[in-house]
Amino acid sequence: MNPVNERARAALRVDLLFVADLIEPGSRVLDIGCADGALLHYLSSERGVDGRGIEISQAGVNACVSHGLSVIQGNADTDLEDYPDGAFDYVVLSRTLQATRNPRDVLAQLVRIGRRAIVTFPNFGYWRVRWNLIANGRMPTTRLLAEPWYSTENIHLCTIRDFTQLCDHLGLQTERQVILNHTGHSARSRSTSRFANFFGEQALFILSRR
Amino acid sequence: MVSPAIAVADPMDISPPNAGQYVELGTDGALRLDSGTELSRFGVAYHTYGTLNAEKSNAVLVCHALTGDQHAANAHPLTSKPGWWDIMIGPGRPLDTNRYFIITTNVLGGCMGSTGPKEINPDTGEPWGLSFPVITIGDMVRAQAKLMDHLGIDQLFCVIGGSMGGMQALQWASAYPERVFAAVPIASASRHSAQNIAFSEVGRQAIMADRDWHSGEYHAHATTPRAGLAVARMAAHITYLSEAALRRKFGRKLQDRDHITFGFDADFQVESYLRHQGSTFVDRFDANSYLYITRAMDYFDMAREHGGSLPAAFHKTPVRYCIISFTSDWLFPTSDSREVVKALNAEAANVSFVEVETDKGHDAFLLEEPEFHKTLVGFLNGAADKRGLKNP
Repeated sequence: MNPVNERARAALRVDLLFVADLIEPGSRVLDIGCADGALLHYLSSERGVDGRGIEISQAGVNACVSHGLSVIQGNADTDLEDYPDGAFDYVVLSRTLQATRNPRDVLAQLVRIGRRAIVTFPNFGYWRVRWNLIANGRMPTTRLLAEPWYSTENIHLCTIRDFTQLCDHLGLQTERQVILNHTGHSARSRSTSRFANFFGEQALFILSRR
Repeated sequence: MVSPAIAVADPMDISPPNAGQYVELGTDGALRLDSGTELSRFGVAYHTYGTLNAEKSNAVLVCHALTGDQHAANAHPLTSKPGWWDIMIGPGRPLDTNRYFIITTNVLGGCMGSTGPKEINPDTGEPWGLSFPVITIGDMVRAQAKLMDHLGIDQLFCVIGGSMGGMQALQWASAYPERVFAAVPIASASRHSAQNIAFSEVGRQAIMADRDWHSGEYHAHATTPRAGLAVARMAAHITYLSEAALRRKFGRKLQDRDHITFGFDADFQVESYLRHQGSTFVDRFDANSYLYITRAMDYFDMAREHGGSLPAAFHKTPVRYCIISFTSDWLFPTSDSREVVKALNAEAANVSFVEVETDKGHDAFLLEEPEFHKTLVGFLNGAADKRGLKNP
C-alpha cells in the first residue's frame, strides 16, 4: 500500500474502513448519510468508484460538492423511493439507520435500489450501554452514542439481535456480517451469539434480496 | 461542417450594432421552430472569453436570463457597466478563462443583435415586430447548437446559466445529451410555474397598455413604450429580490426627505430604487423582445414535452448535473430545483444539488455569494478533472 493510500485510510472512520474494503473497485455506490463525504472521496480517488451521496445537512452537502463529489441534499426516509431498482452495486447506510423515521422501509428500499446494501449501526446491546442503564438508571451515553436523550437524533436504536430479527422478517439475506469491538477490530464471534451482542460496539451487515 | 461567413463591415448585412461577434446561420438549412414555422436566415450575436483548446473540449456555454445578453464579462456597449457575470468569468474566477473557453450568446428573440423582433426581417427590410414567430427555450437552444456547429465544437464541457439560463442548460442536456458533459442550472426550473406565468402576464400587459406600443409597431412610429416597459421591469424586479433583502436594503427609509409629502412622489427609497431600475432598463431593452422572451419562458415545460414525465426528458442521461438553488428565491424556489433532482434520481443520473442559504432572493445567482461560488468551483473542478482538462 502506498503512503498516499495510508493517509487516505487514516482519515476514515473505523467502520467506514471496513465498508471501503468490502466494495469492489469500479462499482456504482450510493452513500446515504455521507456526511462530509470521507468515504465517497476515498472510494472515488482510491477505488475508481462511481460514487453518489445523499446527506441531510446542507452544510455537509455543500462541503461534499465543493470537493467535487456528486451529493444531493436529501433524506433516507423520503428520497430513496425516487431511485430505480438496482441502480447501484452498493448502497451504504453507515450509522444512519437508527436516526431514520422508518428503519424497516429504509432497509427495504436499500436492497431494492442496490444489488447489495451495506449497513452499519451502533449496537444498543453493547455491555457498556447496558451497564450505563443498569448502574446509573439513566439513558446510556457512550463513545458512539454521545448525545444526551433530549438532543440525540437517534430515535430507533436497536441491538444486533433486533437487527437480525428484522432482516429475517423482511426476508433479507445476510451475505456477511462484521462485529466491531471497542478497539475497532472485528470480533471473531458470530452475530447470532449472545456474545457478539454483548461485546460488539457496532455492527456491519451486507444485505441483499433473497 | 459548413462554416458560414462571419458578417463584418458589409453595409448590406443585417449585422446589428453592439452585437460583438456575430454570425449569420441557417443558410445551410432553416431553423425549424417549435411553432412550426421556419427561420431560413437568422443571426446569432455572441461573445467569447479565454481560448479554445486544441481538442475543443474546454468550451463552456453561459446562457443568460430574461434581460441578460452576450456581454457577460465585458463592459456593456450601451450602459458601459461591467457584464452581468463579471464576478464569475475571468482569470482565477469560478469560470476560469485560463482553463475554460467561455461562450455567451444573445438568445434568439433577444435584442442585442441576435435575430428577434427588433431586428430587420431580411424578406421585408422592415423590423420583424410582432411578425417575428413566437419562439421557445427549445428554439433558443437549437440556435445555439447551430452556433456550436459553426464553431466546430462537438461537445460542450459545460452549459451553465441562472433562471432562464438554467432552463436553457436543462434543455441542452435533454435535447443534446451527447453534446453536453456537465450542466449547471441555477435558480431555475423544468417549467414555468403558474405564479411565474402570472408575473410574465403583468409585465406584458403593462407594455401592451402603453399607447406608444402601437400594437408592436412602435418602430414605424419612431417611439418606444418606455412607461410600459419600465413598469414591467419594476414589477419583475420585485420578484428577483426577497422581502428580507428589501427590508435590509430599504426598510421604510425616505428618499432625500425627512417627512412623507402626502403626495405620489417617490417618498420611499424603495420607490426611487424601482423607478431607477425601470428607467435605466428601457434604455437597453426592447419591449417586443420582452414579450417574446417571457412567452418562451411561460411555454417551457419539459415534462409536457415528454409525455408528462420529467424523468423521460433525461432518459439514461450521461450528463453530470449540478443543481443550485437559493433559500430566499421565491420566483424559482428550491422546490422547483428539487423536482428536477427527483427526476434525475429516477434516472440514476450523476447529480449534485446544493441549496445556498441567502436572503438575496432570485438575484443571488448574479451576486457575490461565497458559498455558491465555492460549490460551483468544486463541481467544475471535479468535472474538469474527469473530462481531462488541464489545470492551469
